[in-house]
Amino acid sequence: MATFRQGIEAAIPALRRYARALTRNADSADDLVQDTLVRALRSEHLFHGGEIRSWLYTILSNLNRNRLRSLARRPVLSSLEDDDAPDLAGPEAGGRDIERALATLAEEQRDALLLVVLEGLSYREVADVQGVPIGTVMSRLARARVQIKSYLDGERPALRRVK
Amino acid sequence: MIDRERPVSEDELNAYVDGELPADRREAVAAWLADHPEDAATVAAYQAQAESIRARFGAVADEPVPERLKLDRLLRGGGNIGRRWAAMAAAAVIAFAIGGRAGWFAHGAATVNASGFDTFTAEALDAYKLYVVEVRHPVEVPGSERAHMTQWLSKRLGYAQHIPDLESLGLKLVGGRLLPGPTGAAAFYMYEGPSGERYTIYCAKAGAPETALRYKGGERYSAFYWVDDKRAYVVSGPAERDQLEKVAKSIYEQVDKSATRKS
Repeated sequence: MATFRQGIEAAIPALRRYARALTRNADSADDLVQDTLVRALRSEHLFHGGEIRSWLYTILSNLNRNRLRSLARRPVLSSLEDDDAPDLAGPEAGGRDIERALATLAEEQRDALLLVVLEGLSYREVADVQGVPIGTVMSRLARARVQIKSYLDGERPALRRVK
Repeated sequence: MIDRERPVSEDELNAYVDGELPADRREAVAAWLADHPEDAATVAAYQAQAESIRARFGAVADEPVPERLKLDRLLRGGGNIGRRWAAMAAAAVIAFAIGGRAGWFAHGAATVNASGFDTFTAEALDAYKLYVVEVRHPVEVPGSERAHMTQWLSKRLGYAQHIPDLESLGLKLVGGRLLPGPTGAAAFYMYEGPSGERYTIYCAKAGAPETALRYKGGERYSAFYWVDDKRAYVVSGPAERDQLEKVAKSIYEQVDKSATRKS
């Protein structure tokens, strides 16, 4: 099935982007993408048409959930997640803030927000990926944004917008 | 018809930011925001969040795809497929189930060279049994000379050694020694826990390029065996399987990581 593989291949750059934002660690992100691809290639017979991209996002989100669970069971290993890049001042600092804010979100809220704002999926597509009604996607998004806003307002008073 | 009076909900503010509103509600919300600076500030903050996220991660999609994620490579079944611990551990569980209660579990994934498994684990367990009881001279080079030992054993084995750090599991490196193995020189590292329990790593060149994870459980000791990148590893320790698996997993990940960095 050449088209099936082409569909997967075309999605790899976006999967890497999504995984990087989910894990905030380049190695963990590519591990996740690799596992996703392996799983997808093995499951070709389970794929009955539809959006290949959404299906891949679903696999990746599920694998990430497993990863987070196993990290939670082994707190010792989770410290590996934090050693990605040194803290920087200047323009980079804003990026670190958003990373920290994302880290405070509940998993399904983070997934939903990133799928919409980073991956450009529609609410309908996110609902398919997450297997929930659109209303649930919307409340996840709303809660994610409120949480990020209060994190950024609270943690970084110096950067709060006055206007 | 724009309904300026209908209050705008939180969901609509979000949908406005994401371009998910139908045209008429979009206009209504825009009009609402013009009159409600607080909501307008919220929308601006949400848009700024989205922009920071895209600024932070957007460029990842423009990076060249690393070799290990190329489909050709994944489809060949070489490379990293099957190297991941979870997959290996799953295979080990299957091997365990098939193998039954005791003995060597050489019935797992088809790629395994059973004789390699037997030979290596027998050698490693012999060394384990011989040296863990040794009080005064369990090793040739003490753990305090890690750098020297790494250099020495890398040279003797003919490939770079990476001596795992197991401090996070409460295990201190006692040291290491050089041993004769079935395929030439073998490296042997010993670690010790707070109550004196000892774990060892036996590392030597293997015939097969890679195998699934194998487990042997005995009454007083147990071992995990795998081959990765043509190197066989046998991690031996006390009979408690879960603890040994934790140790083996940590070793696997560290060895895998150091190999990935080099390639």
